[in-house]
Amino acid sequence: MYAQLVDTGTSKLRSLADMSPEERAFQQRIDADVKVEAKDWMPDAYRRTLVRQIQQHAHSEIVGMLPEGNWITRAPTLKRKAILMAKVQDEGGHGLYLYAAAETLGVSRDQLIDDLHAGRVKYSSIFNYPTLTWADVGAIGWLVDGAAIMNQIPLCRCSYGPYARAMVRICKEESFHQRQGYDIMLALCNGTTEQKALAQDALNRWWWPSLMMFGPPDADSVHSAQSAQWKIKLLSNDELRQRFVDQTVPQADHLGITMPDADLKWDAERGHYDFGAIDWSEFQNVLKGNGPCNRERLAARVKAWDDGAWVREAAVAHAAKRAKDRGDRHVH
Amino acid sequence: MSTEWPLWEVFIRSQHGLAHKHVGSLHASDAEMAVKNARDVYTRRSEGVSIWVARSSDITASSPGDREALFEPANTKVYRHPTFYPMPDGVKHL
Ligand SMILES: [Fe+2]
Ligand SMILES: [Fe+2]
Repeated sequence: MYAQLVDTGTSKLRSLADMSPEERAFQQRIDADVKVEAKDWMPDAYRRTLVRQIQQHAHSEIVGMLPEGNWITRAPTLKRKAILMAKVQDEGGHGLYLYAAAETLGVSRDQLIDDLHAGRVKYSSIFNYPTLTWADVGAIGWLVDGAAIMNQIPLCRCSYGPYARAMVRICKEESFHQRQGYDIMLALCNGTTEQKALAQDALNRWWWPSLMMFGPPDADSVHSAQSAQWKIKLLSNDELRQRFVDQTVPQADHLGITMPDADLKWDAERGHYDFGAIDWSEFQNVLKGNGPCNRERLAARVKAWDDGAWVREAAVAHAAKRAKDRGDRHVH
Repeated sequence: MSTEWPLWEVFIRSQHGLAHKHVGSLHASDAEMAVKNARDVYTRRSEGVSIWVARSSDITASSPGDREALFEPANTKVYRHPTFYPMPDGVKHL
């Protein structure tokens, strides 16, 4: 989802008997729900996979600030503007918690940023879609943050301590995000015909990309099986997607708008909503870099980083000078 | 020139009189900036009334390999806990 396709470097899942003694002890601790901490021994593949997963997640938070940031100056009221700024600032905070969690695994912040800018590591496909109207800000909070929460709550129990703790902090902040989005949708749907049409149009454009956030069907993915064994992925993509659909459809009913899916219907026997086929070619295409905003998003991040270089350098120079001044004073 | 700012560990004391608690880490060029950044990153919802920051490189931690040597001795000393002592029925305030 925020980390949609994480390569675990594994080609087949191994049983305890096939593992080295160290690995076996590691897996047994995970099976017993003992958290792995930064300085504990861990298999290289576990470390590498986590770095990829956590940094995809962190990049998603940071790049995710862009589509909503686009509307801060044009929010319809001062109240909405203050709320949106707080929401976008939270996302920046989430990125920072997650970068810090990734750094406990022995990568530097600069390396992580460089991986993003060089295109070596992805962020969630969802942030490559444009925010065309104010209703999109509502739809993002409601659907995108809603989908994020669905994925992040189980991660609070993941095996890696620093990641789990970051997720706890993030989850506490996310429910405000989802509610403020739904609140925007409510206002639009209770407004004029034009306003309600904006809400419906936003739902039409964000619904399918939101379902893609959970990643491709993972029934036959070896990476998912490995991540599940390591407890860094606790529920399957399809399970989470179904939960999201089940929770969201009644919310749309309440708004009086409809999902753009002719096949969507309640299945009393399954106790779930059935929904139409997802266009995975669109998802793959966005991941490859050909979504509506991929180039724009990355360019905005690189520009922000480059434009900030002089600030980072000046701060280091200032700190060095102050440290030197203090040193000189101590001598006298 | 690499300008990656050093890493700081952040500790926050909440309003309820509890001790400072480790909440995470962040980058800052000096201590003053670390406190300001900690305010923005870790106390956006009045989570604290006091912030400590310490450079991560200044922290000495016990190593996982020493776990047994450090903590095992306490395991056999169950008599340090009040539940070790059975109290007869009817005896109160003890
Ligand atoms: Fe977030
Ligand atoms: Fe959010």
